[in-house]
Amino acid sequence: MKYGYYPGCSLHSTGREYDLSTRAVLGRLGLEVEELKGWNCCGATSAHSTSDFLALALPMRNLALAEAQGRDLLAPCAACYSGLRQAAAALEAGEGRALVAEEEQRRITGRPFTGRVRARHPLEVLSVPDAVAGLKRAVRRPLKGLKVAAYYGCLLVRPPRAAAFEDPEQPRSMERLLSAAGAEPVEWSYRTDCCGAGLAFSRPALVGELCSRLRVEARRAGAEALSTACPLCQTNLESRGAEGRLPVFYFTELLGLALDLGGRGSWFRRHLVSPRPLLSRLGLG
Amino acid sequence: MAVNPSAAAVTFPRAVERDSGQPVARCYQCQKCSAGCPLSFAADLKIHQVVRLVQLGLKDEALSARAIWLCTGCKTCQARCPNEIDGARVTDALRVMALRERRPAEKAVKDFHFSFLLMVELLGRAYEVGLILLQKLLTRNLTQDLGLGLRMMARGKLRLLPSRAPGAREVARIFQRARELQ
Repeated sequence: MKYGYYPGCSLHSTGREYDLSTRAVLGRLGLEVEELKGWNCCGATSAHSTSDFLALALPMRNLALAEAQGRDLLAPCAACYSGLRQAAAALEAGEGRALVAEEEQRRITGRPFTGRVRARHPLEVLSVPDAVAGLKRAVRRPLKGLKVAAYYGCLLVRPPRAAAFEDPEQPRSMERLLSAAGAEPVEWSYRTDCCGAGLAFSRPALVGELCSRLRVEARRAGAEALSTACPLCQTNLESRGAEGRLPVFYFTELLGLALDLGGRGSWFRRHLVSPRPLLSRLGLG
Repeated sequence: MAVNPSAAAVTFPRAVERDSGQPVARCYQCQKCSAGCPLSFAADLKIHQVVRLVQLGLKDEALSARAIWLCTGCKTCQARCPNEIDGARVTDALRVMALRERRPAEKAVKDFHFSFLLMVELLGRAYEVGLILLQKLLTRNLTQDLGLGLRMMARGKLRLLPSRAPGAREVARIFQRARELQ
């Protein structure tokens, strides 16, 4: 089955290495994707903060495009993913505000969204048993000795009914994948705590406090790196706050490393905290 | 707290319930939301207190709370509420009301949302460099994050020039409709 691919704005800019590594890993594991033609910004935090209509209509335009192109959507950005899922869930529940937003976007674009296609996250698609088994078989360079804290953040697991594809308080999909790649996920308690997300530019000191605590707790649990599935989380954890700096990977970069995929130099050189010293020390450079 | 019975005491809770779609009256102040809220430590009010202000019809107090602007929409409160109240949608609704009355308690946060959405309206997609420059002008804080921006640019993480997405015209019409429906 071929998926539509919804990169969202960040994967074309700050999270470029997430885009590159996701496409590379999906390709190697036999999951075909094609970028959704004509996609728009999902509206992110700023839409739901200021207009309920925009928070629904902007994702729905993307879902309608996917429906017209006949494909489920893979959305690697957790914020986009949650926005798409929340809009679809509100429509499915028959909420009046969602019916209005759908009707308006349909009138403007000429394309309906009826709920026939779904938004899914690569973490979900890659962590089903068959995919994990396929990953295990394809691993060429096990990430031996890499102690890593899997960090889910908010929007992969919340709001649970709309977004979660596993236990929203105790997700395990990322740990399953990291273990299959040969890494050692640590046990820690801050896996679904917020990084501060969209407050990064308006209240950077606050976001710094949240990110410092996350890094310090990951380190306390023995981790030498963090693994993320969201471009906002990754950027904030690399750039905000002073304490406990450590390399912050996208989970797809770690899978790509274990799969020995080419081109990974262009992922790692984009990081604000270089992962190279850690990888060299572990013989994974 | 002295409660002065006023028109707002009746109309405000109803308006918030309508705009947020949340059964605010059900809240019995168990505080599970605030216990999990990542911004509880930093805000002037905790989320269960914001909900209480709404129940009591204390409109001015609720709309002038910084807390409604510091909510990140992480939905931890929603996930843990025994009464199925989504606190983040309550703060969404309160922010929209505060904007309508032109009194955002956190100007920098409001300016960010405005700058972000203006780029999306013009281009169909976010444009970080434009949004950052616009927000700097609005907040008159030109030096914040300058070094970070340069480091990100050096690593190819920021596109210097804007480009208009295919479909941007449809997106602009969605924004126009949003204003008409307000």
